[in-house]
Amino acid sequence: MNVIHLTYLDLGLAALLVLVLALVSWRLQLGLQQTLLIAALRTAIQLTLIGLVLKVLFGAIHLGWLTLVALVMLLAAGREVMSRQKHRYRGSWGFAIGTTSMFISSFSITVLALLTMVQPDPWYLPQYAVPLLGMMLGNTMNGIALSLDRMTSGAMQQQAMIEARLCLGHSWNEAISDLRRESARTGMIPIINAMAAAGIVSLPGMMTGQILSGTPPVEAVKYQILIMFMISAGTGLGTVTAIWFGSKRLFDLRHRLRLDRLK
Amino acid sequence: MSDSLLSIKDLQSGYIGPVSLDLVQGRPLVLSGPSGSGKTLLLRSIADLDLNHGDVRLDGIAREQISAPLWRRQVAYLPAESAWWRSRVGEHFESFDEQLFASLGFDKSVVDWEVSRLSTGERHRLALLRMLEREPRVLLLDEPTANLDPDKTAATEAVVQAYCREHDAAYIWVSHDPAQRERLGARQLLMHKGQLQGSAA
Repeated sequence: MNVIHLTYLDLGLAALLVLVLALVSWRLQLGLQQTLLIAALRTAIQLTLIGLVLKVLFGAIHLGWLTLVALVMLLAAGREVMSRQKHRYRGSWGFAIGTTSMFISSFSITVLALLTMVQPDPWYLPQYAVPLLGMMLGNTMNGIALSLDRMTSGAMQQQAMIEARLCLGHSWNEAISDLRRESARTGMIPIINAMAAAGIVSLPGMMTGQILSGTPPVEAVKYQILIMFMISAGTGLGTVTAIWFGSKRLFDLRHRLRLDRLK
Repeated sequence: MSDSLLSIKDLQSGYIGPVSLDLVQGRPLVLSGPSGSGKTLLLRSIADLDLNHGDVRLDGIAREQISAPLWRRQVAYLPAESAWWRSRVGEHFESFDEQLFASLGFDKSVVDWEVSRLSTGERHRLALLRMLEREPRVLLLDEPTANLDPDKTAATEAVVQAYCREHDAAYIWVSHDPAQRERLGARQLLMHKGQLQGSAA
């Protein structure tokens, strides 16, 4: 492959751009320079570390190591979902609902894609498994976080409406159905929009990366299409799962709306 | 005891209770008491909307033996503020009972009305009809005439009383108005700091 290797001087020049931006922020009193520099530093450190991890992982192809890395990624995503909620579930429910939904959707679809579509040898070859899983987790995480946030804040706002339906003898399932639909839409709209705009408004990052590293455009496009379909299926499945468990948790066995389970 | 429609023993929920009372058919109750005394919480607990403990039976059948939705259909709670989840009135009803609607001054066109255009009084009366349509046995009414003029108040009282006669039902009616409590001619109960006290003066 005809990859042009980047030198540390190249990276230094790019870093200079960020420094210039920090300078501008300071001059214009935007107050962003500190956050900007810390974020840039984090990018450099975190990506270097993950690069080293991947280097080791790619050298030692073993299902055990891969599983360990996948679990760390999953738990980090679960934490992120929880931290994005305005009204969190009390106890460990928020973490459990988010993590379970991501596990069910991201893991099953990544494994399915590896076994039936991409088919590397062995199927858990880290060069394929880790980036695919990463992209799945990142996107399902967004969908799940958005939809859960919509549902819990919706339940807070629409308490009177939901209870009016319960009073008339609706089951919890009927009483929350409208809100559940809205939440599913909220979670899935970003990926639907991304699919609709792909290639016209933006060149997706993964495809750009593959092209830069020398992959023929048509091959890169095929991968990108595969990924987009996987992501939309994963986001849909994850969102629906999270909404199901999340809405069920808002009610008890006597079909009472239990907002005390949120904080 | 056996002829009581709704029997409540040691009902407790956070602030209120223990409360015990029997609602006998043909002998409805009017509940009064200062705001914050727990009248709404009591009705919500009877309808099983809030977490609560106690033995509550309808026709001798414990509520745990029936599903919660079925319980609330039979022991129906009408909140002081009505809430609507669709845009048109008709979408909240299961059918259109002309006679029932006419009794509170509505004709058939009401099903196409937009909820957002209803006056407070109209919302209140329609919420009552929405509940009666499902034919509950016990009506838990939280100030159902608070925003109505005297004519509409009288009509509402008549509708509820006629409904109870025709359907072997009974009500617990929260009212702040002494004249109304007198008119209804029901047994009076007073709520104070979460406790039920005998008949109000």
